[in-house]
Amino acid sequence: MSLLTIDARTKTRNAAERRFRAYGLGAIIVAMIALAILLTSVVSSGVSAFSQTYVTVTVPLPEDKLDKSGVRDPAVMAKVTTIGYSSLLRDGLVQTLADAGIETDLSNGDVGKMLSKEAPATVRDQVLANPDLIGGDITLDLLMNGRIDGYFKGRVTMESAAVDKNVSPAQLQVAQALADAGIVDTRLNLAFLTAPDASDQRPEAAGLGVAILGSLYMMSVVLCLALPIGVAASIYLEEFAPKNRWTDLIEVNISNLAAVPSIVFGILGLAIFINFMEFNQSSPLVGGLVLTLMTLPTIIISTRASLKSVPPSIRDAALGVGASKMQSVFHHVLPLAAPGILTGTIIGLAQALGETAPLLLIGMVAFVREYPAAYTPDAGLFGEASTALPVQVYNWTQRADPAFVERASGAIITLMIFLFIMNAVAILLRRKFERRW
Amino acid sequence: MTQPVLTLSTSLLLVLALAVLGHVLAKKRALSVAGGDIRALAALPKQYALNTVLSVVIPAAAVLFGGLFAGRFAGTGVTAMLPWAVLVSAVVGFAISLMRITPDFRARTHAESWIKLLLIMASGVAILTTVGIVFSMLFETANFFQQYSWRAFFFSAEWSPNFRGDSALGILPLLWGTLYISFIALIFAVPIGLFAAIYLSEYAGSRMRSVAKPAIEILAGIPTIVYGLFALVTVGPFLRDYFAEPMGFGQSASSVMTAGLVMGVMLIPFVSSLSDDIINAVPQSLRDGSFGLGATQSETIRQVVIPAALPGIVGAILLAASRAIGETMIVVLGAGAAARLSLNPFEAMTTVTVKIVSQLTGDTDFASPETLVAFALGLTLFVITLCLNVVALFIVRKYREQYE
Repeated sequence: MSLLTIDARTKTRNAAERRFRAYGLGAIIVAMIALAILLTSVVSSGVSAFSQTYVTVTVPLPEDKLDKSGVRDPAVMAKVTTIGYSSLLRDGLVQTLADAGIETDLSNGDVGKMLSKEAPATVRDQVLANPDLIGGDITLDLLMNGRIDGYFKGRVTMESAAVDKNVSPAQLQVAQALADAGIVDTRLNLAFLTAPDASDQRPEAAGLGVAILGSLYMMSVVLCLALPIGVAASIYLEEFAPKNRWTDLIEVNISNLAAVPSIVFGILGLAIFINFMEFNQSSPLVGGLVLTLMTLPTIIISTRASLKSVPPSIRDAALGVGASKMQSVFHHVLPLAAPGILTGTIIGLAQALGETAPLLLIGMVAFVREYPAAYTPDAGLFGEASTALPVQVYNWTQRADPAFVERASGAIITLMIFLFIMNAVAILLRRKFERRW
Repeated sequence: MTQPVLTLSTSLLLVLALAVLGHVLAKKRALSVAGGDIRALAALPKQYALNTVLSVVIPAAAVLFGGLFAGRFAGTGVTAMLPWAVLVSAVVGFAISLMRITPDFRARTHAESWIKLLLIMASGVAILTTVGIVFSMLFETANFFQQYSWRAFFFSAEWSPNFRGDSALGILPLLWGTLYISFIALIFAVPIGLFAAIYLSEYAGSRMRSVAKPAIEILAGIPTIVYGLFALVTVGPFLRDYFAEPMGFGQSASSVMTAGLVMGVMLIPFVSSLSDDIINAVPQSLRDGSFGLGATQSETIRQVVIPAALPGIVGAILLAASRAIGETMIVVLGAGAAARLSLNPFEAMTTVTVKIVSQLTGDTDFASPETLVAFALGLTLFVITLCLNVVALFIVRKYREQYE
């Protein structure tokens, strides 16, 4: 036997060691790959939601069709519906084709269908806002139909168009010719972030405006309620509570609440806030309250940890110069724990921002096109119907048109950017202010 | 309806004004009873002021919340009285606290007991939430069982709700789907999460740790709706095209496998960070002892560290299981809606949470068993996860104490 030659048993043991190590490394690699696939799949299918295909059209606005009375009164002109405008748009687009020298066998009606169903409303809003336009022409960029848009983004092909009853290869050829002439182009579309949701028929017009606003309202409710209540509860439990059954019960309760499925909080919101207290359905107030109850345990747990990390000598020093227990906590311990509390709160808010399931139950899946007001005398504070970012994602996945998958992924990119910013701020705060005692 | 003399918002504004007024008056009065020399006072003038403000605001707030709550039971009579009740309680607090200002009055102690009351109430919110959860489901579940036999609910293998009545509402196929999906998720997440934790805490250098740990934590921070969309758009079609169809298991993109795999990815960081903590809590002396006897690192881990950490790891797995059972968005988007008792993992099945969502969204009628069943499902889910959590938290707690 020599120490220099490795015997068979040592060899197998070393091999086992290497295998074990490889399993560990493999596990981490699998997790990383899963993360990479997840992110690339969402980003690659969602980035295109931020660009949109527009066509530049000159639309005639004849007086005899839009304002027969000739008084230019918006209230009277509002009687002309979007259907009246769509024929004008069609004429405008046909004229544009003729001007560009593009020949096609398409009927005028099929040419008109290349435009988004949202386009007539855009023109109508412009005209109603500025009645003096009537009698002349208006040149503006209008949304193309979702399928045409999909063609420029690679989602729709000539083959798929041949079996699709909503779009024909001939229409795509015309669109391509228009794009070659520079009349149609696909460019950055910030309306995706500001526009309200749109109906099933017009994915190209759907945006996140209402959802972002709703999420913002809910986050303010959560911040205003969860932070003070959470901090107060943590101060009591950490600094004042005697060790007895009652406080034990509260502690078990809190760690338990942190693990209760989120959908159960949705049931709570539905039964207590909507059915019992009769708050408005789909309102950011109810959503915010439900999310507050969900976030509280997270905030309490992190606040207690940061209160605990403040050394007892600080408290003793304050008590020693005659401060009361309350003063020592509020004047000394709390300011020192503030960075940790803030970090925990931001992380809790980020969790709440991404939460979907409970909001489905309190009616936030509703189709909302009106921007909710923060306060109205009728609905009260945050009482108007609204949606939220993650719920809007769910909502869009339930629609038939595949263009909504792109929208949903785009919404997720937006959501993730918000979450990224919040987490980055939390990490920065921790780096900058955290003290090690 | 005539406009009431005092609306709630004016009443609240008046309370606020009273608080401000109380602040000013209390300070003045404290100074005057001391004859201008604050050394004669038992507390600083601002603490007299604080006590008055709290004596105005806290009783008023208590009456407000109590009244709003009672009004839901007792009807409009209480609601109409509420603005007056709030105002009266504020005035009483105002008067009493001002009258009690004397040089000997310990204002700081009194103000602080008000604050302590607030703190206690804040920590009571956690209890109230649990009570609210239990009651909100208990009542409606009781309603449900009056209309539908509990035996049929718990022991029937058929789920086919029908809004015209005559539904079969057996929970078994839903429970089966839930457990099957959770099982697949855990099969996937536990080994990966555990090995990742072992590698990170025992083998990885500080550089590797500083990259891999945050990356895994990113997975934990991603909202479940993102995982759901991932299942719907990427994983589902992939599994269908490359596994289910070639192998003849079916043509469904949403399946137990889809939801299970994606949920497994979601659980990896959960398992790994919990196990990481637990493995790190095993004292170094145990490892050193093992190394001293000539064991290799993997032998030490397998035969010393893991057995020592086992209870904690079991607790972590139970918590992960509770997560998996209660997860909603991944299964809503990835698992399908068909209630089915089948062993084929590539078939669409449904879970308790999916059915809670589908019965409570859209048109709901809180008198019909088809809607009320959601509350019974919710209560069942709550009880199952509660049991898992309590056991898991107990084990984890016990384990932590063991090495402290």
